[in-house]
Amino acid sequence: MTKTRFTWTRRSLLQASAAGGAAMATGVIGAPAILRAQPASVPIGVLHPVTGAISYSGQQGRMGAEMAIADINAAGGIQTLGGAPIEAVLGDAQSSPEIGVTEVERMAEEGVSAIVGGFASSICLATTEAASRYDLPYLVDVGVSDSIVTRGLANTFRFGPGFGTITSDAINNLVTINEAAGNPARTVMIIHEDSLFGSGLAGLLNEQLPQRGFEVLETIAHPTPQRDFNNVALRIRANEPDLVIPANYYNEYVLLARTMQQQRLQPKGIYSVLGGAASSYRFLAEFPEAAQYIMDCNHWFDPRKQAALDLKARVEAEGAYFTYEVFLNYSCVQVLADALERAASTDRGAVIEALASSSFDGHLMPYGPTEFVDGQNQGAAPVNTQILGEEIEVIFPDEFASADAVFPIPYQ
Amino acid sequence: MFSAFILVPAILNGLMTGAVYALIALGLTLIYGVLHIINFAHGALLMAAMFAAYFAHELLGFDPYLAILPVTAAFFAIGYLLQRFVITPSSHGKDENILLVTLGISIILENLALAFFQADTRTIDTPYAFEIVDLDIAFLPLPRVIAFFAALGVALALFAIMRFTDLGRAIRAVAKEKRGAELVGIDVKHIYAMTFGLGIACVAIAACLLLPNYYVNPQVGNAFVLVAFTIVVLGGMGSVTGALIGGLIIGLVESFGGLFLGESLGQIGIFLIFIIMLLFRPSGLFGQRA
Amino acid sequence: MRGYRSIIAVAVILALIPLVVTSNLWLNIAFTALLACLLGQGWNILGGYAGQFSFGHAVFFGTGAYVTAIVMTTTGINPWAAFVLGIGGGALVGAAIGFLVFRYGLRGSYFALVTLAFAEVFRVLANTMAITGGGSGLVVASNLRPEIFQQTSRLGAYAVAAVLVVGVLFITRALENSRTGAYFVAIRENEDAARALGVDPFGFKLRAIVLSAAITAMGGALYVQVFPYIDAPLMYGPRYSVEALLVPIIGGMGTVFGPLLGAVVLHLLAEAATMVTGDIAGLNLVLYGLVLVLMVRFLPRGLIGLFDPRVPKARLPLPRIAGRRRREAGDA
Repeated sequence: MTKTRFTWTRRSLLQASAAGGAAMATGVIGAPAILRAQPASVPIGVLHPVTGAISYSGQQGRMGAEMAIADINAAGGIQTLGGAPIEAVLGDAQSSPEIGVTEVERMAEEGVSAIVGGFASSICLATTEAASRYDLPYLVDVGVSDSIVTRGLANTFRFGPGFGTITSDAINNLVTINEAAGNPARTVMIIHEDSLFGSGLAGLLNEQLPQRGFEVLETIAHPTPQRDFNNVALRIRANEPDLVIPANYYNEYVLLARTMQQQRLQPKGIYSVLGGAASSYRFLAEFPEAAQYIMDCNHWFDPRKQAALDLKARVEAEGAYFTYEVFLNYSCVQVLADALERAASTDRGAVIEALASSSFDGHLMPYGPTEFVDGQNQGAAPVNTQILGEEIEVIFPDEFASADAVFPIPYQ
Repeated sequence: MFSAFILVPAILNGLMTGAVYALIALGLTLIYGVLHIINFAHGALLMAAMFAAYFAHELLGFDPYLAILPVTAAFFAIGYLLQRFVITPSSHGKDENILLVTLGISIILENLALAFFQADTRTIDTPYAFEIVDLDIAFLPLPRVIAFFAALGVALALFAIMRFTDLGRAIRAVAKEKRGAELVGIDVKHIYAMTFGLGIACVAIAACLLLPNYYVNPQVGNAFVLVAFTIVVLGGMGSVTGALIGGLIIGLVESFGGLFLGESLGQIGIFLIFIIMLLFRPSGLFGQRA
Repeated sequence: MRGYRSIIAVAVILALIPLVVTSNLWLNIAFTALLACLLGQGWNILGGYAGQFSFGHAVFFGTGAYVTAIVMTTTGINPWAAFVLGIGGGALVGAAIGFLVFRYGLRGSYFALVTLAFAEVFRVLANTMAITGGGSGLVVASNLRPEIFQQTSRLGAYAVAAVLVVGVLFITRALENSRTGAYFVAIRENEDAARALGVDPFGFKLRAIVLSAAITAMGGALYVQVFPYIDAPLMYGPRYSVEALLVPIIGGMGTVFGPLLGAVVLHLLAEAATMVTGDIAGLNLVLYGLVLVLMVRFLPRGLIGLFDPRVPKARLPLPRIAGRRRREAGDA
């Protein structure tokens, strides 16, 4: 809860990275090659909603992208372009698609070779379309709406998974976890926020859960922001579902979890799909009791990759939280850098081709090598986590599980 | 769905929420009743007071209930100064201008908060936050029970102030007949500012009561503004009793609306009441006929 | 008649701008400014001329957008036709709300609040119903035939917006010169006196709100043609309601060019603020609020008041009319 502190130290982290990166870069370039001209930098647009209602996510995303750029530059920049450093052209979508589009126009004018970011689906839908007019490659960081990659825009790529994949994986994994525990769960209640994210997810869940043997007792939609979850808790108590499936943003998730704890509700499990707080270190830090045993199916880094663990340590050392916006954006920039290397050019068309043929595994995510089909990275998938004790453990898939699922919840 | 175990807690929830709404609406109705200002900045000031209480807890270790005293005093002053030196000079005598000025103030406050504190929500953790009052049929979170009684207490206190003190008499005089009040020597400008200050003080108290069980972020005021207006219109602009009863009614409407229509659609109940009241009985349940 | 030459002059300027400004970025900014002008001019008809301040004008903007988008996504209809339907939808909502609200004599602050409530009701409904896409919103496909709006470049969007704005300017001037416009002003200045003189406030306020709604809905319908995604909080939320009233207040309420001036100034201000404050969060919006307060305080007639000597910079005191005096803050 020391919010003011972490904001400033995040800045200092960036400054440190940038300074360190710059120092190393100048050291590398300056000393032995004083006579060699500094290669022109490669401008990349970094677009996030850093102000407005979703500014926290936007700022986390920007931080991830900037750190990746600093690291890449520190390691020598884009080798096939003579060690050209990546130059971040920062843009603020102000949590509005209209302004996001203006930022895209600005970046296009400044000659960026690609744009990364967007975060919110509503912003991404507008900004990818605007970028397509310039054949400007656009790598979506989070935006999960399926429409983003189904409009046939050749410039649009998404590194992470979309709704459809997330939902079917979530359900598959749930079935597996349930079976492994002897099928204790059969009835389900879905509690979702009522915008694009929550409604879309709830729709898919309602469609697919019954096909897999679950009974959806009730689906409750709530607005963001929601003032009070006591009545939602009442309905949970009335229905007594085995499983509660929340799909909402951080604040509401926390409020719901706390209310459930307050009202002594004890479902067999809380299984979130893209839960706003369910796999958040911040939630765990602030409300450890309410967070225990909560499972999530969400974006997560590959815990087997040392680079990911190192980054986590760096971010946390500065007092920031290692949230999904950070590592997704970091990875996206890495993918872009790889594409630039293989394209050996800053030409937008060449970068699009390089992305389309990308097969890169140097990123932080558990996706395997990238493979974009119609813009969607095929290996992208969510991962199941559970909050156990003081850690967020990966419980599924087995290749990188760090703990076994504890299900059903062992209440005292 | 209709068992006592659902309905009774829903009623109690509604009443507890309603009491806090009533407290917020009390300030608004007082301000309207005397100054005829619809204070659009009410929600933003609530948000500011919540931030003040938040930082009092985080930086100075003040329990929110203790913080009520300093925060209320501070916001009383802020309200006084705002009314006297910002709102009145800008109004040029038109109602609509005041609406616009208070709208402007709310935009400024909300975005300043966004600029300095970012959009992420903050919560405080107090030792009693998870305590419940266990009535077999319902579990009532302790902070909300406290808020309920505190709100009632403030309403009573306000009523007493208006009825029995000189200040209250002066305020009522100005509300009833401004020229006459001036003629008997009441400093009208001062009374206006005092009233506004009182209204904002109510909001500050509500903020401290809300904090233990709720969260604060720059947008939190928006959630309460329309509800507060609805209550004021329902109860009757200028009526303290009306604000209290209206608040409780709206709390119940929200609770049952959410229970039966779902939280998303249930919000409509409040807005529809608002529209219907405005159309058919703008003076509200307890207000004077306009 | 009087005043059309200035509109033609503005039209010429708007036509010449693309010759000077070739950057897509600035054409886009110009487009959003013109969109804001449409929004503001719509508000201006009801608020500036007829004196009814609406705090929920997004209800018309959003309806225009949604009707257009729904028609386009569910039928294969020509976007131009959908555009017209969007305007019609907005006008209808305007008529409905106006009928309900003016019938019961709501004015002043009450009117402002009730429009806000309507905007919220529409927001919740649009967010819940399937036909509006519910929480997921509506995506309007962007791979359309060339003769349609969306395939156009920023230049094309700008051109369409400019034509619409000029058209609306003509309409406003015509209104100003007409008897209807005079009745609007009479109602604004003193509704009871107007009624006493035989002007039917209900009928004319209804006309005002329908025209206002139609123009605002036009803005919404235009939005959909250029930005491919809409959802309830965006379309019916406070953002466009606030912009709708900010623009004419800054520029000059009750004038033909006020909203255009206000829109341009506001958007240039926003750009300047972004460039100056960089990414210090929300500071440009703080500027909006500040400007609003300062305008009301010092320039209640808007910026137009600085330019046009015919428009008084401050309101003159109204002559007393048999016992009724201008209300002051705090009057019982």
